[in-house]
Amino acid sequence: MQDFFYMGGYGLYVWGSYAVAAIVLISNIVLPKFQHKAMLKKLTKKLQRAEKLR
Amino acid sequence: MNQSSLINVFVALVKRDLLLALRHRAELFNPLMFFVLVVTLFPLGTGADSKLLQTMAPGIIWVAALLAAMLSLDAIFRSDFEDGSLELLLLNPHPTSMLVLAKVFAHWLVTGLPLIIVAPLLAVFLGLDSSLTGLLLITLLLGTPVLSLTGAVAIALTVGLKRGGILLSLLVLPFYVPVLIFSTNAIEMAASGLPVMAQLWILASLLILAITLTPWPTAAALKLSLS
Amino acid sequence: MMKFIHKTASPPYFYKLAGLWQPWLAAITVLLLLAGLYGGLIYAPTDYQQGESYRIIYIHVPAAWMSLFIYVVMAVTAAIGLIWRIKLAESVTVCSAPIGAGFTLLALVTGSLWGKPMWGAWWVWDARLTSELILLFLYAGVMSLYAAISDKRVAGRAVAILALVGVVNIPIIHYSVEWWNTLHQGPTVTKFDKPSIDFRMLVPLLIMALAFKVYYVWSLFMRLRVELLDRERNTQWVKSLLMDNKE
Repeated sequence: MQDFFYMGGYGLYVWGSYAVAAIVLISNIVLPKFQHKAMLKKLTKKLQRAEKLR
Repeated sequence: MNQSSLINVFVALVKRDLLLALRHRAELFNPLMFFVLVVTLFPLGTGADSKLLQTMAPGIIWVAALLAAMLSLDAIFRSDFEDGSLELLLLNPHPTSMLVLAKVFAHWLVTGLPLIIVAPLLAVFLGLDSSLTGLLLITLLLGTPVLSLTGAVAIALTVGLKRGGILLSLLVLPFYVPVLIFSTNAIEMAASGLPVMAQLWILASLLILAITLTPWPTAAALKLSLS
Repeated sequence: MMKFIHKTASPPYFYKLAGLWQPWLAAITVLLLLAGLYGGLIYAPTDYQQGESYRIIYIHVPAAWMSLFIYVVMAVTAAIGLIWRIKLAESVTVCSAPIGAGFTLLALVTGSLWGKPMWGAWWVWDARLTSELILLFLYAGVMSLYAAISDKRVAGRAVAILALVGVVNIPIIHYSVEWWNTLHQGPTVTKFDKPSIDFRMLVPLLIMALAFKVYYVWSLFMRLRVELLDRERNTQWVKSLLMDNKE
């Protein structure tokens, strides 16, 4: 188990790489999710305002 | 019907652009001055160690030429865009890509050619071996038109933007890199007495590729920028 | 065939389709990633030359492959969008750029993290890393150009032209950087490609490559839905969608 984390001395580099990968992969899913929610909210507001003006 | 042939229109357009450029001589001078200044700064910045300068000379001259070319790109379409003559150009019955080629050619005559003429002086500044100056000029002759042609695509895409300056450099850099690599490599190899025909053929093919492939996207981008 | 394409490319239909596919794409991606990670970190044996540090390959290589693959997809959809005026194709070009840029960045960072223990330096002007760096500039150019043009329909077409011109440039850049690098080669270059790669090392690599591809589709579909809402905001289908959402 120790060896797994230690990675023959290269632990920092190997786990660092996998960590950066996790960050990139997760953000490219989480960001669009937020954008989607925000877009729906924004467009709904605009629609409501347009309706009111009618 | 008095329909001008494509050749006549091409030549007329080149003449017109040259005339306009001549009337704004100061504008032409800027990229050239920039070229000279950048090259002059290098010895001042890195110490006048002649061996070092000599080794780096091809790279310095070429990078300075790239930067000067980048600076000059705005001039290809900017004034025509602003006074409306670009729209008229697009309305011309002749294929826009050919007219674009005429403008880029005129631009090169006015910005690229001066760089080539001044380059031997700069080669002396950096202590480049005089036997290599001829090769330097050949690479510049083959390469600077590519800089103008590929730069034209980028400036056509950004001419409608208010602050397209930095974006322009970003767009144009990937096109400039191969020209830079093969040109400087040719000169460095020649300095070691190695053959350079391969690099020159590659530069020539890049030039032909640029002449044939860039006018269409440039024309398309201009139409887009004017919409 | 054309009917199928027209149906799928119609924004309201695609919006719904992408939404339905999402959980499946997510599940497949996660499964493949877990399999790939297990394969790469546990199953694959230690490399006799590089020890454990080679395991970075399971991120670095698939990321680099994706960075190129996505750019090619961008160019193809750009051509389709320009020739047949299919809006969805244009949107794929635009939405793929940030994902491609992310993979390119990942390839560069992991390349750097691999280079440090192997070559002793955080950055080396290795042919592949240098080409990746220029590819990052190509992606940055596409994203910046799209952001700079306010009329998004014009922006989409401008970016399509840029992507097409860029794709022609990619083999040229790659070749020129290879040329440049072989003549400036550093004293120690440990390349991973042995003549025959151990099967136990190859399989996780392929699984990770596949995982990244499915992930790309997942992320792309999510971004496309946002983009479609934005571009089609004034259409009937978006308006009725928003109404339904409120209830």
